[in-house]
Amino acid sequence: MYSLRSSGRSLAPCWRLPSRSLSIWNHVPAGPPDPILGITEAFKADKDPRKINLGVGAYRDENGKPYVLPSVKAAEDRIYNAKADKEYLPITGLGELNKLAAKLAYGAESAPLLEGRIASTQSISGTGALRIGGAFLARHYPGVKTIYLPVPSWGNHTPLFRDSGLEVKGYRYLDKKTIGLDFAGLKEDLAAAPEKSIVLLHACAHNPTGVDPTPEQWAEISDIVKVSIQVSVSNARLFPFFDFAYQGFASGDTTRDAFALRYFVSQGHNIALAQSFAKNMGLYGERVGLFSVTTSSPEEKARVDSQIKILVRPLYSNPPLHGARIASTILADSLLSAQWEKEVKGMADRIISMRNELYNHLTHDLKTPGEWGHIKSQIGMFSFTGLTTPQAKALGEKAHIYMTSEGRISMAGLNSHNIKYFADSVDAAVRGTL
Amino acid sequence: MVAVCQWKQIPLAPPDSIFHLTVAYKADPSLQKINVGVGAYRDEDNKPWVLPVVKKATGILLNDPTLDHEYLSVTGLPEFGSAAAKLILGSNSHALAESRVVSVQTISGTGANHLGALFLSRFYQWNGPPVVGLSNPTWSNHDAIFKNVGITPVDYPYYNPATIGLDYNGFLAALRNAVPRSVFLLHACAHNPTGVDPTKKQWTAIADVMLEKGHYAFFDCAYQGFASGDLDQDAFAVRYFVERKVPLLICQSFSKNAGLYGERIGALHVVSSTAEEGARVDSQLSVLQRSEIGNPPSHGARLVSLILNDPDLFEEWNRDIKTMAQRIIAMRQELYHLLTKELKTPGSWEHIINQIGMFSFTGINPSQCQVLLAKAHIYLPTNGRISMAGLNSKNIRYFAESLDKAVRGTL
Repeated sequence: MYSLRSSGRSLAPCWRLPSRSLSIWNHVPAGPPDPILGITEAFKADKDPRKINLGVGAYRDENGKPYVLPSVKAAEDRIYNAKADKEYLPITGLGELNKLAAKLAYGAESAPLLEGRIASTQSISGTGALRIGGAFLARHYPGVKTIYLPVPSWGNHTPLFRDSGLEVKGYRYLDKKTIGLDFAGLKEDLAAAPEKSIVLLHACAHNPTGVDPTPEQWAEISDIVKVSIQVSVSNARLFPFFDFAYQGFASGDTTRDAFALRYFVSQGHNIALAQSFAKNMGLYGERVGLFSVTTSSPEEKARVDSQIKILVRPLYSNPPLHGARIASTILADSLLSAQWEKEVKGMADRIISMRNELYNHLTHDLKTPGEWGHIKSQIGMFSFTGLTTPQAKALGEKAHIYMTSEGRISMAGLNSHNIKYFADSVDAAVRGTL
Repeated sequence: MVAVCQWKQIPLAPPDSIFHLTVAYKADPSLQKINVGVGAYRDEDNKPWVLPVVKKATGILLNDPTLDHEYLSVTGLPEFGSAAAKLILGSNSHALAESRVVSVQTISGTGANHLGALFLSRFYQWNGPPVVGLSNPTWSNHDAIFKNVGITPVDYPYYNPATIGLDYNGFLAALRNAVPRSVFLLHACAHNPTGVDPTKKQWTAIADVMLEKGHYAFFDCAYQGFASGDLDQDAFAVRYFVERKVPLLICQSFSKNAGLYGERIGALHVVSSTAEEGARVDSQLSVLQRSEIGNPPSHGARLVSLILNDPDLFEEWNRDIKTMAQRIIAMRQELYHLLTKELKTPGSWEHIINQIGMFSFTGINPSQCQVLLAKAHIYLPTNGRISMAGLNSKNIRYFAESLDKAVRGTL
């Protein structure tokens, strides 16, 4: 029965005032603007023809335009001609996609995959996968509900995990002096993290730095995450949660980019994985992703699946159809899939060539003060340039070049038309002559 | 390598009741089976129906060389949000003219309900512990949506089983007895699951009490156009409350009226007192949405935006909606005729033609539902709700006869 009865307390009758019913949200403060999205706003407002947007991580082609992958277009045409319906997907999404996406990430030979032990749900791209993962861990993880993020990490990780109910801490990652990996610091911090905490690992193409561990370093990290080098990981020290937003985008090879997570799985770790098809299929706005977690048996997988559904249903019931069909169509067709892999390589190669060109301009042509090797050694869409916040700000205001205040640039925003202007401007910023 | 029971303490959760029905239906080999469970429209041949206007719009999008798959903004496609607001509020709405409406694209109606509930849980100035009044009964997912964000659902009287109609006095009493500034979830039209809607006069009285008590209206609008076949008529309650200045938000879904179920397209509209206040509300909704989904899915938004903003497509959509609404009304009339005139089934069956929208609360009890399931291969939830869209000229006689036998106890 309803029980919304007055408690008998005397209430200040502010609700009787004529305007009261309208000023419900008077007290709501303005929310903080999103720093990354704010960059695009500033870029859009800028009228200078030389302007360059190096803010948001979305791929751009040689002409600075968004790139709709031909394999994606082909898949869309196929879907349209198949005259498929628009019925609700199951709560955990398009089954075909879930299978194929898991195969792409874990590898066709992966034991948990072959043994039917991977619980998964299609998600609202990578963000949604991380969020479902965070909520799942907050509710069901039997260990310490603290997640350790590399410092720095993608800006949205912290509010996302906090809001899902986990405590958020950091582990050393970037060495600001070398603009490379602070491996000693990383190892120390992970070894010191309380047993059974959760550790977030960027599977490849670390965002925002572009600094990735080597395979040898990954092997060492795997060992720290285990309790010992014993075969059984029943007492795994830390729970690894991989964020995998750039498969194929890092090296140009989807298999190579999956090395770290596959290595961990082969070492017997139980992992959670957040996968995104935003970048590697250019499906950004269609929101296609997968959250998965390895379990010990098909029976355990069924239980975990059922609990994931309980999480999803009151949030959004079931995930969107269109992008899932596109991704599934591509992955299910060997020709289309091969074509896609080539297109991803094409994107990765263009980015790598931009890295090389920028490095050459700065080091050989302009002889810009400082060491710029990190531009070439960093991996993926982003580069931590090493520019300071005042330098980044000056570049925005004086040169109409937009990047994050921590000096992160999206390499995809560079092309043969603007790279010289960019290099010249960076040179001037570093010399203080902008 | 021995895999270890990481998750051994996790229990098996019960399957979702509505989707579970469909799974069972699909597995049933019987040729006579009928699914009147899930509220998804079916055509005369019991097939999903992609609206002709949606097919047209899809072709337009596909052939538009300027379109890509780039991220939408956090609050979605602006042309979609403003057109969706206009649709529910009416193009001559003062709230719109004064820029007091904040519109956020959401993952369909569920996403809007969640985001609206989440926003209230963070920012509503609760008069006591956070509580929301939900009609008894209501959509099966409402309870979990609110509990999930820390708001306790509390029933208010709505359905009267004795009359198979609205418990109007009970409803008003609940509004009057609640502490001031309580939050009440109201179904804008075509109440789910009962199909019982207040009359215009009753809505007026409900608004009166809500204003008196300073209550907040949480409108759930999943069937605009689907109830009467007329988009404006179905928006009456929402528009009336907005004009009366009842504080409110609106959850809007295009799943049913545009047949876009799986594309997940909907919106949350929060009406504020000023444009400036609205900007602050918008910024906070952005923060919440960003940390959950980043930004909403593009395809459904582009489809609906195209349809709403192009006069010819909008007209065509109106016709497609009428097609669906009229077929449902025809099924209601046919079922009523079969039960009362041909089979002379015991009981009163007026409610079949009085109830509105996709669903009908038949008035049968749980054991009669079980019997229909077990003996007649008719799939419906135990509350006796049927989706009229699951009926067609080929199966309606078998359905009526089975229902008749279930009522008589002779199945």
